[in-house]
Amino acid sequence: MPQILMPALSPTMEEGKLAKWVVKVGDQVKSGDVLAEIETDKATMEVESVDEGTVSEILVEEGTEGVKVNTPIAVVLAEGESASEAAAPVAETAPEPAEAPVAAAEKAAETAPAAAVPAAPKFEPQADPDLPEGVEMVEMTVRQALNEAMAEELRRDKDVFIMGEEVAEYQGAYKITQGLLQEFGKERVIDTPITEHGFAGLAVGAAFAGLKPVVEFMTWNFAMQAIDQIINSAAKQLYMSGGQVKAPMVFRGPNGAAARVGAQHSQDYSAWYSHVPGLTVIAPYSAADAKGLLKAAIRSPNPVVFLENEVLYGSTGLVPQVDDFVLPIGKARIARKGADVTVVSFSMGMRYATQATEKLVAAGVDVELIDLRTLRPLDSDTVIESVKKTGRLVTVEEGWPQGGIGAELAARVMEEAFDYLDAPVTRVTGKDVPMPYAANLEKLALPNVDEVIAAVNAVTYRS
Amino acid sequence: MARKATATKAKTQPNVPQFTQEQELEAFREMLLIRRFEEKAGQMYGMGLIGGFCHLYIGQEAVVTGITMASEKGKDAQITGYRDHGHMLVMGLDPKGVMAELTGRQGGLSKGKGGSMHMFSNEHRFYGGNGIVGAQASLGTGLAFASKYTGDGSVSITYFGDGAANQGQVYESFNMAKLWNLPVVYIIENNKYAMGTSTERSSATTDFSMRGASFNIPGEQVDGMDVRMVYDAAQRAIEHARSGKGPYILEMLTYRYRGHSMSDPAKYRSKDEVTKYRQERDPIEQVRARLLEGGSITEEELKKIETDIRAVVTEAADFATNDPEPDASELWTDITIKA
Repeated sequence: MPQILMPALSPTMEEGKLAKWVVKVGDQVKSGDVLAEIETDKATMEVESVDEGTVSEILVEEGTEGVKVNTPIAVVLAEGESASEAAAPVAETAPEPAEAPVAAAEKAAETAPAAAVPAAPKFEPQADPDLPEGVEMVEMTVRQALNEAMAEELRRDKDVFIMGEEVAEYQGAYKITQGLLQEFGKERVIDTPITEHGFAGLAVGAAFAGLKPVVEFMTWNFAMQAIDQIINSAAKQLYMSGGQVKAPMVFRGPNGAAARVGAQHSQDYSAWYSHVPGLTVIAPYSAADAKGLLKAAIRSPNPVVFLENEVLYGSTGLVPQVDDFVLPIGKARIARKGADVTVVSFSMGMRYATQATEKLVAAGVDVELIDLRTLRPLDSDTVIESVKKTGRLVTVEEGWPQGGIGAELAARVMEEAFDYLDAPVTRVTGKDVPMPYAANLEKLALPNVDEVIAAVNAVTYRS
Repeated sequence: MARKATATKAKTQPNVPQFTQEQELEAFREMLLIRRFEEKAGQMYGMGLIGGFCHLYIGQEAVVTGITMASEKGKDAQITGYRDHGHMLVMGLDPKGVMAELTGRQGGLSKGKGGSMHMFSNEHRFYGGNGIVGAQASLGTGLAFASKYTGDGSVSITYFGDGAANQGQVYESFNMAKLWNLPVVYIIENNKYAMGTSTERSSATTDFSMRGASFNIPGEQVDGMDVRMVYDAAQRAIEHARSGKGPYILEMLTYRYRGHSMSDPAKYRSKDEVTKYRQERDPIEQVRARLLEGGSITEEELKKIETDIRAVVTEAADFATNDPEPDASELWTDITIKA
């Protein structure tokens, strides 16, 4: 390429000043030699030669302002190249510098009509597997369910390991990993130093190399130290690598408000992580869902954010005793069928929603209650279908209102079921404040059963 | 002299290790490929064919070349930050694929979806290409964790710069790497400037080889402009890690000739400083001089190598210019894997 073109210093630069020529016609130049200096209003930079040869022509005099990017500014002839060969295209293009081949290609690209944005592929959730007739149901706590899920997956796949603070010797800060060290040893159940950022990144690296880490955060509040690795390294890796490098792993731990621990230890990250493409986000409520979905999360080839709830760890539920109880990710569960109003929640919000539903049903309101279970991919089909039937939607979550899960559901219902709505979508959320410590204020900051009932009464025009 | 894992600073070997002619030629080829490739990338950036950020490796070629020569290709993992083009070329990734990624085309290593800072290869065990300063320190420690977990005998070679060396997660990683004796070699590429801030203006201590001292990780300062010194130190460090003794730090004293990225006019340092490095310390010119001095290689033979490399780079540039952009449907692929 004998022509030297006016370079861009940045993607936004369109023209600049050719401040100074450092070489003159006849000079020998080689790769890396400075040819000229150019200036914009922001910076001065040197133009280096990429080729070896002789400067045969200078096309733009020094001091010229407003030289457009990609204008030929000089001709450098490589050994054996003749001046006429090089000069011809320059002569042709000189009056129209923008017609340099690259610029022309770009121009063509600019004038071509913008490609339409292809439609996003639709997510098709799978139904829960049918349980065998007469299957034994065992009552257990969410804590036991999570523990069983991990133990079963550790037995099943030697690439699965657990790491986190106090997960091994201490048996888990919340005893979710109880007994795992004894069964699987310290190579697979690993106590880490208190370094969330570091061990989250380490686990992502291990996942790149083919392992399936389960990272326990003592609480999701502490995972704020690690959020860069969760989002920038784990969630985006598959896309950035064009599908080559996977991060099959689970980040899990208690999320949401605990009791009386103040603002830094009490918040709900559901909406935060559900915002991020590349992540799968699960937030179970029942013991059975906790078990079936954690097993699914550990087997998932994608990075999964698994949001548990400290307050729910001790609550009990019936878990089917089948050999391998795995639930589909991305499928909401209709907890109660009804016709009057749709109430949608997940995780701890389901406790308020369930208690409210019991009272409302007793008062004659036929509530349809949906537990989202997975927040990304979000099973909006189940919600939309329900709203088409009931014409009313109340969402319940502990997180803040702005940009929350309820806000997202409201938008989707507007987009897909607007004509079916008989009342505005109503959100019951945590209040838009940091969590206060004082018992009375904390209670006010959280959603409660009465607020859910009030919201249902409002949308059914019973208040 | 193998070193014990003590907090004392290890000294670079006083005797310069000698390369065979074959090694000199290999180093010459690899470094020249990086140099010519990067010059071409710079030119294409100037022509608007490459967008966004573009961090060139010109001046630092000896670091990745010497280390890769000392590593087991296809077995040892490598990971670095955003100044990553040289790493991929030396690890054997296709220059066409690298350049086409820079231009955002479908034939790019990441199908055009990653860009200059995000390229990977499971096959060559190259894990990026990471745009967040310092993140690769933890990720690379995780690659070493996986090596120990599976017992595959590989070493993780984890590069970061003098700027990243001040990030907190680097020390979290040092701690875990030594605590669990993970097979990782941390390469601190000290090119004296974190973007526009010199090490003196950013770092309370500028001897980065000592940054592992409080974790009992041995470290060495190495002349990163001399590929033989790099190779020699890398052999020691990799052997240390592979033999189960845990992490090792090599601080490479190197220099980038160009700005931090293409849009950096590099006005924070003197022209004389750059010129001095280029004229007196250039890693490629050092090898060229030694090859010619030996007398068994002629100017013509080196010229032939240069011509061949230029052809490879031209081919890569042509491919990257003419390859189509990714199909619009690629917008929605590779976000998650269907289970």
